[in-house]
Amino acid sequence: MSGAISGYLVFAWSGVLLFGLGLFGFIAHRHLLRRLLAFNIMGSGAFLVLVGLAQDGRGVDPVPHAMVITGIVVAVASTALALVVFRRWYRASGRTDLPEDT
Amino acid sequence: MIGLWSVPLLFALPLSLGILSLLVVPAWRPRLIFIGLPLLVAASLDVLAGLATIGPHVYRLGDWAAPLGINLVVDGLAVGMILMTTLVTSLCALYAWVYLRDHPTSTTFFWPLLWFLWAGMNGIWLAEEIFNLYVGLEVMGLAAVGMVALRATPQALAAAMRYLLAALLGSLAYLLGVALLYGAYGTLSMAGLQEVAANNATTQVALALIILGLLLKTALFPLHAWLPPAHGGALTPVSALLSALVIKASFYILLRFWLVLGPEITPEFTAQFLGVLGAGAVFYGGWMAWRQHHLKQLVAYSTVAQIGYLFLFFPLVTNTGPEAQRLAWDGTLMMLIAHALAKAALFLSAGNLILAVGSPQISHLVGISRFRPMSLFSFGLAGVSLMGLPPSGGFTAKWLLLHSAILSGQWWWLIVLFLGGLLSAAYIFKVFRMSFREGPQIDRSVTPPLTLDVTALILASAAILIGLTAHLPLHWLRLGSVFGVS
Repeated sequence: MSGAISGYLVFAWSGVLLFGLGLFGFIAHRHLLRRLLAFNIMGSGAFLVLVGLAQDGRGVDPVPHAMVITGIVVAVASTALALVVFRRWYRASGRTDLPEDT
Repeated sequence: MIGLWSVPLLFALPLSLGILSLLVVPAWRPRLIFIGLPLLVAASLDVLAGLATIGPHVYRLGDWAAPLGINLVVDGLAVGMILMTTLVTSLCALYAWVYLRDHPTSTTFFWPLLWFLWAGMNGIWLAEEIFNLYVGLEVMGLAAVGMVALRATPQALAAAMRYLLAALLGSLAYLLGVALLYGAYGTLSMAGLQEVAANNATTQVALALIILGLLLKTALFPLHAWLPPAHGGALTPVSALLSALVIKASFYILLRFWLVLGPEITPEFTAQFLGVLGAGAVFYGGWMAWRQHHLKQLVAYSTVAQIGYLFLFFPLVTNTGPEAQRLAWDGTLMMLIAHALAKAALFLSAGNLILAVGSPQISHLVGISRFRPMSLFSFGLAGVSLMGLPPSGGFTAKWLLLHSAILSGQWWWLIVLFLGGLLSAAYIFKVFRMSFREGPQIDRSVTPPLTLDVTALILASAAILIGLTAHLPLHWLRLGSVFGVS
């Protein structure tokens, strides 16, 4: 029983780990591209938790899949917007990070 | 019966108009508001009429059952937010229609973003499932970031980037909380969670993530650092929309969570902690507003302060009597709506004053009272509501919160209400003192178009009027909530 539980929970725990790693990167790094990558890793972690937690012997649950697909669309859109803003910011200021003050 | 046809239109219309406005030539984009605004006003009023005739109900989109179908909840709270959004957004759109003539590069994308923002907000007000709330938050958030970046100056881009990073972090924390709740209970619906959620570690971790994410998006002190540059630096109609409405959406989600999971699951400590953060916001935001030299930065810090009052809700409803809870609910919603109206009016009239003197500096307002009395009058009316002077909406809200604090024996929140009012008076009068001073700097001013002054004045008058007729909106807002039974 415990083996079966750890079998499906392994995805959820990996998701939590990824989310934590991403969060660390998001806070620790100043380079905006790195922070954006960290955000995407956090997102993948959250999706893995979403799918992983729902696979507990209730059979295949289509709802988390639908949610993750929506989530991926949102993540792609956010990343695209962030890249556009970042490029414009880099062109205007020559900086790859945000100024600390203001 | 599945409900009223106008309910789904509230977000289907702005979404279609957003796409349509991307398809037409830029010169035609502003004109779409003359199709969109009347339709959305009509749909909002129809939803209000529906609430009055058939009462609070759930609308099933396309008649599909949850969880694959989408349920929309039409209760007093949702309809109140929809009407507030329709009023503020319509007036800001009219303002922008005139204001953006001087910003031809920004106008291209302002209009599509405005419609998407509106669709996102209405989606949030109506959503019944916690994942749909996430989607609404993202649609609204991405549109809002785009609007902050419209000015395309380095400052605006940095503010937009900072805002985007904060918004993304907040959404992901929220999403992880949703994932945990779904994993634990297998339901996404608020009503479903209310039935099955238990007070255990999973629920508490999930709620902590959700609350943290939403606090970051609401910019509650000390998570407010992204707000002043984003709200203070944006184009005037954008500042008004963001400060009046967008930050309220994440607070609204928090309220919805409290309504279904709050009283049992949010511990006393969390409630007091949120109240203390709110008090910190009132003091810090008020102090920082008073210290600003740029007019719109002052107004933006005022938002940081006013958000604080909303969070007094949590200590006032946790482990207190039913009467204190009802007063706290009424006071918080009155505060939310009065702030939306007053802050939109304050930003729009601040924009008018800036247009008139051609400078964002408060010190350059010297002598402006002789030339722009109407802009200053709107600024003052909105200021009356923010300070909480009678007979404004802000006064009614503070009065209700004050009664709730006394009834629940939590006298320390009275200090926050009083000192917060004094701080608001200090920063509002700082602007007035400058504008009534006679000085050599200015002997004439630019006259902004009449539309700009009229829209600001309507919003400011609405902030006062809602205080005079508070009974009616408060009665509607209680419909369908735990407070509407009595």
